[in-house]
Amino acid sequence: MGIQNLLWQVTKKAFTGGIIGLTISDRCCSVVPVRGDSMSPTFNPQRNSYLDDYVLVEKFCLQDYKFARGDVVVFSSPTHYRDRYIKRIVGLPGEWISSSRDVIRVPEGHCWVEGDNKASSLDSRTFGPIPLGLIRGRVTNVVWPPQRVSKIG
Amino acid sequence: MRWLRYLNQWRGTAKEAFEQVSIVAKFLCLIHLTDRYIISSTHVQGPSMLPTLNLTGDVILAEHLSHRFGKIGLGDIVLVRSPTDPTRMVTKRVLGLEGHRLSFSADPLAGDGSVSVVVPKGHVWIQGDNLYASTDSRNFGPVPYNLIEGKALLRVWPPRFFGSLR
Repeated sequence: MGIQNLLWQVTKKAFTGGIIGLTISDRCCSVVPVRGDSMSPTFNPQRNSYLDDYVLVEKFCLQDYKFARGDVVVFSSPTHYRDRYIKRIVGLPGEWISSSRDVIRVPEGHCWVEGDNKASSLDSRTFGPIPLGLIRGRVTNVVWPPQRVSKIG
Repeated sequence: MRWLRYLNQWRGTAKEAFEQVSIVAKFLCLIHLTDRYIISSTHVQGPSMLPTLNLTGDVILAEHLSHRFGKIGLGDIVLVRSPTDPTRMVTKRVLGLEGHRLSFSADPLAGDGSVSVVVPKGHVWIQGDNLYASTDSRNFGPVPYNLIEGKALLRVWPPRFFGSLR
């Protein structure tokens, strides 16, 4: 009887914590790991997955989708529907971007994203400008490891 | 020692206030999660989905589970975040999945110049049912699958049109 009650209490607390945590993660901010080195040296300056950076992603920017050039954003992949990437916005709607061969205009409602490490980054130079609706949050700080805690942007 | 008694009283009220606030907070979180991840109601209006959806506005129930499991199929009416204005949602029908070849006429009023296109990987082709008054993939091209935010289930308002959408 006591065990059953205890289990129920624990489940209730876990459920409450879970839904509050999920709501905060959707609307306020969340912490995500950065994988890969496409954003070296801003994130993951050494290629060792035990020392991956963890960054704080804020979700308030999704109210009105107003971004500035230089923002680091998390966005869903336009080609692989389960993936998410972290890259930097280098072109806002209406601006002209010079890619390898020609000059491209970023359409309305889209943005041009590029990784800081141009040598190994899958970004808009491959899949073109991405709709702003794919963006899932903006990176504001590095929160782990402790010696790399810093503000971004 | 009067202030000790006041402190105890205050602690009791504070505990009760915390309980009430946490009940409200849990309720609001549940509303947010249901609306975002399970089912929500949307007011849709405009001529682009005539005759399926009315011009003057319908309220439809949309579910947010199918697109997370990749179960959006041909002919589904979906809620999509507009690729030209990310603050707006549009309601259109999926007429092509990745890899499909489609041909459409670029301007249905100006003769029959037909264009053929293959939907790239990770994208879908959305079109409104009313070809003459709809800005859709014929204008802005195929949209990434991840812009889909929900699939329409059934219409709940106006009452005489209550029921599933076809």
